[in-house]
Amino acid sequence: MRRLPCILLAVVIAFIALAPSLLSTFTITLMNYIGIYAIAALGLVLLTGVGGLTSFGQAAFIGIGAYSTAWFTAVHGGSPWIGLLLALALTGITATVLGATTLRLSGHFLPLSTIAWGIAIFFVFGNLDALNRYSGLSGIPPISIGPKSLEGTRAIYYFIWLVLGLVMLLCHNLLDSRQGRAIRSLRGGAAMVESLAIDTFRMRLAVFVLAGLLAGLSGWLYAHMQRFVNPSPFDIRPGIELLFMALVGGTGQIAGAVVGAAIVVLLKNVLQDVLPSITRYNAQMEAVLFGVLFIVLLQKARGGVVPLIRRLLPRTRPAMPVDAPALVRRTAAQLLFGQPLLRIENATKRFGALVAVNEVSFEVRPGEVLGLIGPNGAGKTTLLNLITGTAKPNAGKIMFLGDDVTTLPPRRIAAKGMARTFQHVKLRPNMTLIDNVLLGTYPRTRSGFFAGALRLDRAEERSARFEALQQLKRVGLAEKFGELAGNLPLGQQRLLEVARALAANPVVVVLDEPAAGLRALEKKTLSDLLRTLRSEGMTIVLVEHDMDFVMNLVDRIVVMDFGAKLTEGLPAEIRADARVQEAYLGGVA
Amino acid sequence: MTPEIALLLAQDGISTGAIYVLVALGLVLVFLVTRVIFVPFGDVVGYAALTLAALQLKQMPGTVWLVLTLAVLATAMETWALVRAGEASRLPRAVLVYAVLPIVPAVLVFFAAGHDLPMWLGIVLTLAIVLPISPLLYRIAFRPLADASVLVLLIVAVAVHFAMSGMALIFFGPEGFRTQPMTDAFFNVGPIGVSGQSLLIVGSSALFSFLLFVMFERTLIGKALRATAVNRLGARLVGIMPQTTGAIAFMLASALAGISGILIGPVATLYYDSGFLIGLKAFVGAIIGGLVSYPATAVGAILVGLLESYAAFWDSAFKEVLVFGALIPVLIWQSLMSRGGVEEEIEEEEGDG
Repeated sequence: MRRLPCILLAVVIAFIALAPSLLSTFTITLMNYIGIYAIAALGLVLLTGVGGLTSFGQAAFIGIGAYSTAWFTAVHGGSPWIGLLLALALTGITATVLGATTLRLSGHFLPLSTIAWGIAIFFVFGNLDALNRYSGLSGIPPISIGPKSLEGTRAIYYFIWLVLGLVMLLCHNLLDSRQGRAIRSLRGGAAMVESLAIDTFRMRLAVFVLAGLLAGLSGWLYAHMQRFVNPSPFDIRPGIELLFMALVGGTGQIAGAVVGAAIVVLLKNVLQDVLPSITRYNAQMEAVLFGVLFIVLLQKARGGVVPLIRRLLPRTRPAMPVDAPALVRRTAAQLLFGQPLLRIENATKRFGALVAVNEVSFEVRPGEVLGLIGPNGAGKTTLLNLITGTAKPNAGKIMFLGDDVTTLPPRRIAAKGMARTFQHVKLRPNMTLIDNVLLGTYPRTRSGFFAGALRLDRAEERSARFEALQQLKRVGLAEKFGELAGNLPLGQQRLLEVARALAANPVVVVLDEPAAGLRALEKKTLSDLLRTLRSEGMTIVLVEHDMDFVMNLVDRIVVMDFGAKLTEGLPAEIRADARVQEAYLGGVA
Repeated sequence: MTPEIALLLAQDGISTGAIYVLVALGLVLVFLVTRVIFVPFGDVVGYAALTLAALQLKQMPGTVWLVLTLAVLATAMETWALVRAGEASRLPRAVLVYAVLPIVPAVLVFFAAGHDLPMWLGIVLTLAIVLPISPLLYRIAFRPLADASVLVLLIVAVAVHFAMSGMALIFFGPEGFRTQPMTDAFFNVGPIGVSGQSLLIVGSSALFSFLLFVMFERTLIGKALRATAVNRLGARLVGIMPQTTGAIAFMLASALAGISGILIGPVATLYYDSGFLIGLKAFVGAIIGGLVSYPATAVGAILVGLLESYAAFWDSAFKEVLVFGALIPVLIWQSLMSRGGVEEEIEEEEGDG
């Protein structure tokens, strides 16, 4: 049964290959449209389903691609291949500018500006004399490969589907690589992403530009298939239809782009046959029906069609990582001997009138396990956020490895060698265990987008996977490496976070209540693991409420109460300290 | 450009901007209370103007059929939800809210259409029939998704606009309409003339903005709306139902849309799809205000009106391009402003499938 998906894929490819000899020219025309829209929808699948962003202006990007090649080839008699470069360059630049201006703002500004800009670009196409206004440009030459001209429906058919197959393969490879995993991690909040030394903004921009480039490619094919362009297919309406294709096919599924494009193109075709016999408002009824279907889809089946089909197929388990050369480890020389690893100097954080952290100072020495304790609301988590850069202090300094990191963003601090876990577990439930841990290796690996898409990253990828498996072994989750993180019980999710932190080969790990919600056995695994880490020279800062856990593990303790540091010392001293007892028990002594 | 023309354009821009103010306030109100970016809001503005125009031409306004369609849908959905939840005892109230209340103005307009109506009656009827449109859309499209992310709600809003614009063409037809002027007064102020209609627009815009402000500051409903906007969970804990505040926000928005539509009717020829562009331009104003501040939104909307007016003088074909293109510098500016603090993002846990 394991080979079922492969057989299915072979059947689909065979059908596409044989279609021209089996089907009518009209059906092939429809399939050409499906292929072209699928390329653009693929961009939206990456953007919306994978990256958690949305654009209503994808049709406008197709328009830029189509118009640039049309203008270059039909007006200036240039070659379609140069037209392709022009199309990609223009869509890429536009997407970069648009993305750079909106992607730092919260999620809804990008889609809103894509609506506005999608409309604006339509008016630009329609009002420029150079583009022959609303009448459009005709006389676009067909694409030729060597002496063979791709003129006519059947001639261009194979080319379109070949291009589609190629970009699907490249996107599939990309998603299964270092940068692709970073893109997949975008959905679900930036805090975790930044803590892994991943630049959220850069990733968002990359996926937005990638979506734009796919639309540009689709527009290039469109122009040379139609041999004519005018503004109307690039309005906001087709932009919405493209988004519908991406969502109906299946969010986050590469195959969803083709399925979605096929469903929408075929449905439109059926409606155009059926509606005129029922009502004279066929075009309007079509819009109403699409709108209603879209709403129903989002209300009832947000996952789309492909996941429904996937559920019927056996799940392909990822291959077991094989032995591979280890990733580069930080050398001891990179640490500053004798100096404190981390120094907090008079850190103060205010939320309005509330002083959450008040003039706190302490040091963390290399190789020690420091416990941070205090009653609820003492400001422990806020302090951890200051150390990791998630929040910025109103006053005071944070020194890490001898450098002032007070104003650095979390990803820069993470890149310097600080890894963390969160009080409320932050994982990507729809990614496998090993992929979640692989995210941790991001700062230790180098592969870029091209290397990922072209599979030039395999050596590094093997090493990273091997490393991830080693870390999973350490927390006792190696058996489950191919399962989805969301299926784990809470305790094991915490251990998975620890494995992800270790995969970064950090100088210091900051653990926010790692034992909360763990069962006795899991707690034992965790404290054994932390002890091993200490013996290996790892520095650990942890906030924890479980006193047995803390007292038996840590070298030193810092006690906080009402935002201020109450005291610090060895576990035995703290246990005997009357002020600590009073803070916890309300002054029984 | 002579100073006279500049002043004339400024006057024109301010009165258009005043309409955008009302629309933009409605958009921000709905967004803050329900997190829905209500893209079809502009369509509702267009329906108001077209309804009044149809009544003045003694025709049957398409709004009647639109409201009836929406009321039937909403009632069916509510009934189905109540029956499935085993709360059939709440059915009479549901029928009253989702069927009777919207159908009453629809029936009134149905019988009034074709008669010679005084101006004020036409306006009252228009407001009455436009009022239920947004709350009904809320019930049909958005309430079932109350816990979805802003992004999903936005996509739904765009889909609603898609469906609504299709229906608008069926119900209103492709012709453009302009309503009769509400006043023929004309004043000469120095070198330029000021029409009574623009004074009426600016005055009404200021008045209704002020009323909105008073409602937020002084009434319990206003405070409940503000509470929901600040913290939905907290509002629930003190007994404020998000569904109720959501419905109220949409109703208020509908009222603002009705007023805007009635005000813009005499100064512009509107088609079935003109509302969408009005709504989007108001959006540009709201985005200048960052989608959070009411006063900044009002200023932004006026700026959009002025920009549009001057751009139309410069090159009317590129008017829209300029107005929407203005978004880019605004967004850059906001992007730079937001760089200081770490962005607190709401975690989205979306289950797939």
